[in-house]
Amino acid sequence: MAALSIVRPGMFTTVQDLGRWGFQSRGVPVCGAMDHYSHRLANRLVGNSDQAATLELTLTGPQIRFENQTSFAVTGAVFALTLDASVVDMNRMIEAPAGSILRFGERQLGARSYIAIQGGVDVPMVLGSRSTHVLTRMGGLDGRALRAGDTIHTLTGVRGEGREVMTSPPSPLPPLPSSLTPTRIPDGGARLRVIPGDQRLFHQLASRRFSISSHSDRMGYRLEGSNVGDVPAAELISSAVVTGAIQVTPAGQAILLMADHATTGGYPIGAAVIAADVPRAGQLAPGDWIEFEACSLERADVALREQEAVFGGR
Amino acid sequence: MSNVRLVPMGDTCLSVMLDDRIDPAINARCVWIAARLEQEPRAGIRDVVPTFNAVAVHFDPATISRRDLDADLRRLAADAPPSTGAAGDLIQIPVEYGGRVGPDLTAVAEFAGCSERDVVRLHTAAEYRVYMLGFLPGFAYMGSVDERIAMPRLDVPRMRVAVGSVGIAGRQTGVYPCDTPGGWRIIGRTEVSLFDPARTMPFLLKAGDRVTFVPA
Repeated sequence: MAALSIVRPGMFTTVQDLGRWGFQSRGVPVCGAMDHYSHRLANRLVGNSDQAATLELTLTGPQIRFENQTSFAVTGAVFALTLDASVVDMNRMIEAPAGSILRFGERQLGARSYIAIQGGVDVPMVLGSRSTHVLTRMGGLDGRALRAGDTIHTLTGVRGEGREVMTSPPSPLPPLPSSLTPTRIPDGGARLRVIPGDQRLFHQLASRRFSISSHSDRMGYRLEGSNVGDVPAAELISSAVVTGAIQVTPAGQAILLMADHATTGGYPIGAAVIAADVPRAGQLAPGDWIEFEACSLERADVALREQEAVFGGR
Repeated sequence: MSNVRLVPMGDTCLSVMLDDRIDPAINARCVWIAARLEQEPRAGIRDVVPTFNAVAVHFDPATISRRDLDADLRRLAADAPPSTGAAGDLIQIPVEYGGRVGPDLTAVAEFAGCSERDVVRLHTAAEYRVYMLGFLPGFAYMGSVDERIAMPRLDVPRMRVAVGSVGIAGRQTGVYPCDTPGGWRIIGRTEVSLFDPARTMPFLLKAGDRVTFVPA
């Protein structure tokens, strides 16, 4: 078991995994990594299962002291990284000696990075997931973002799924598929593929460029630019919504729903970002531009299969 | 049999949509469909969410084809009995009405043109149906509130509504499962916890249950 000390927490760093599925009928948001592609890649790099919990940082990185010798990897938003005095790479496994300190420099691209620790972050499972939901103080470390002085533990000697104690030195990790490359991190903005919803709203969403408002968080991004007009006047009966859905309020405010979104909503949905493009949405930062283009369900399925194939398929 | 439409939301969710209105019989069919999907889980289905008049099925298209799922859901919707008969659990929620914990009771009484005691009498007289959960973990949308006390929600939501607060929003009533901003008219508070992840049964309510409120 390794321990990490949080010297500085960064702007907003939380424990996340692939989400708390299965309880949306009880109003529990899914949560989980905003860029689950980078989360999975980080885990694969250190030999963890995809479901192992990582640290998701937002816009600025934490400063972390490794109390024991630890293997870790950083993926997602691009930062200059140093381990003590050495520059270290993103997107590969790094051995941190006991007492070494990981520092994040300036953010270069993207919004969120993932730090996977070999074994995975050890916090209690809540409803089948370790993901943090700050609003309801559920999951993660006491249901909150990390603070200076926190200690993070990892599960013992885990390779893949096991929880068994490591009794011998770890065998070399199996080579990763060469197809397993980092997400293309957006550089200032992204054009995302969507399945159209309400036709009138969709055409308006697809015909303009928005920017991500500073009033954006893990629940959703407010999209700035010209307001959407012609919003259907009739109040809708509340129903379930999905991550990636773009809802439009009666005032014409478009909101892109992200990982922590409420399970249901009553606003009309103009379109929904396809699952294969949700990780890139998770890498957009306030001030970035965003555009939408129509995609068929068939093409969305192909895109998702291609992304899954990168991880070895299912 | 009423209309059934299957509507995709994005590429990972397919909604079975029944008639476009709020009606106990329609909602009962949604609850029935969702229960069947929970009893006989299909590979690739990640979450099933019954709402007023729809059942959203979140799925992984890499595991289950949307064509198979579409056919499966159409069959289930056709099988759903027009009157499902099965009544959900009956849950009694004790409420302390008015005063500091029910700051809007006076306003609701004025809205209804009756006494605060009459508001309490009307709110406790009905058996409410849990139509769906959403908004927050454990938050249940219940109906229908007597028209006389069906006051619309606040124009400007409060910054903080205390956990356990019992509110009215039009013909709906509900209980806040945690401290949160909220716009419902708060008429009382309960000590009963609607959501506690540490409990063996984390959720007090599910769609299809019946609820009565009693003065604490």
